[in-house]
Amino acid sequence: MKLAEHAPDMDVVFAALAHPARRAILDRLSEGEVSVMELAEPFDMSQPAVSHHIGVLEKAGLIRRRIDGTRRPCRLSPDGVAAIDEWLAVLKTALSANYDRLDTLLAAPTSTAENPTP
Amino acid sequence: MNSLKLTTEGDRTVVVTRRFAAPPEQVYRAHLEPDLIQQWMLGPPGWTMPVCQCDARPGGALRYEWTKGDGQGFYLTGEFVALEPFSRIVHIERMHLPDPTPDNRIETTFQPDGEGTLMTVRMELPDEEARKGMLASGMEEGLEASYQRLEEVAKGG
Repeated sequence: MKLAEHAPDMDVVFAALAHPARRAILDRLSEGEVSVMELAEPFDMSQPAVSHHIGVLEKAGLIRRRIDGTRRPCRLSPDGVAAIDEWLAVLKTALSANYDRLDTLLAAPTSTAENPTP
Repeated sequence: MNSLKLTTEGDRTVVVTRRFAAPPEQVYRAHLEPDLIQQWMLGPPGWTMPVCQCDARPGGALRYEWTKGDGQGFYLTGEFVALEPFSRIVHIERMHLPDPTPDNRIETTFQPDGEGTLMTVRMELPDEEARKGMLASGMEEGLEASYQRLEEVAKGG
């Protein structure tokens, strides 16, 4: 199985997820497939703005689009290696932050690990 | 370099390894003593863990509650299955986002490694629904901050 070791992809995914509007779009898409127009409505954003965010999400592999006549509805990427990679990248970053903090705690002279509380 | 390694075993298991400069006893205790857990198991900057209950015995319950101080938050509950001081912890956990994710069995081992510790964490890969839930609810709140931290680290390095 491919893993989330490829740093460039991870950067793209994190950059994509860093924008609140794009997280909101993902949240909306978790309910099912929708068109760009339908996405723009509740977010009070212009269609070009939504199209831009969708482009970023698509490049990051988080969503897919298909052609349906003149419509190009969006949906979350199907379950698969890409989706798992993204999830693992998120997990890796969260755990790295925690363990870096634990390093500091273990190195601290006041670490209570040597003097457990009564 | 104490960097984290993350691999998969088969289709369902995630294996995380990480070295620490401290001996196994200290790393093991940092995973079970609430006053220690609350100092590091925090995720991205800005989050705290105001509630940390950890009844470290087989069958004992654990409950961690995280908050960002602006009303956002989520919690995790679980039960300990096995504890072997200072080498192995097995527990079950689920996140509440607020709907509970499926139970995940997690085995954490602590092996002496020179002056330090090699820690190995084995967990089950969550299913698609659980991953979506985490991305859409709890974890994504910290992504921006995590990403910024990554950038700071990259700049500093």
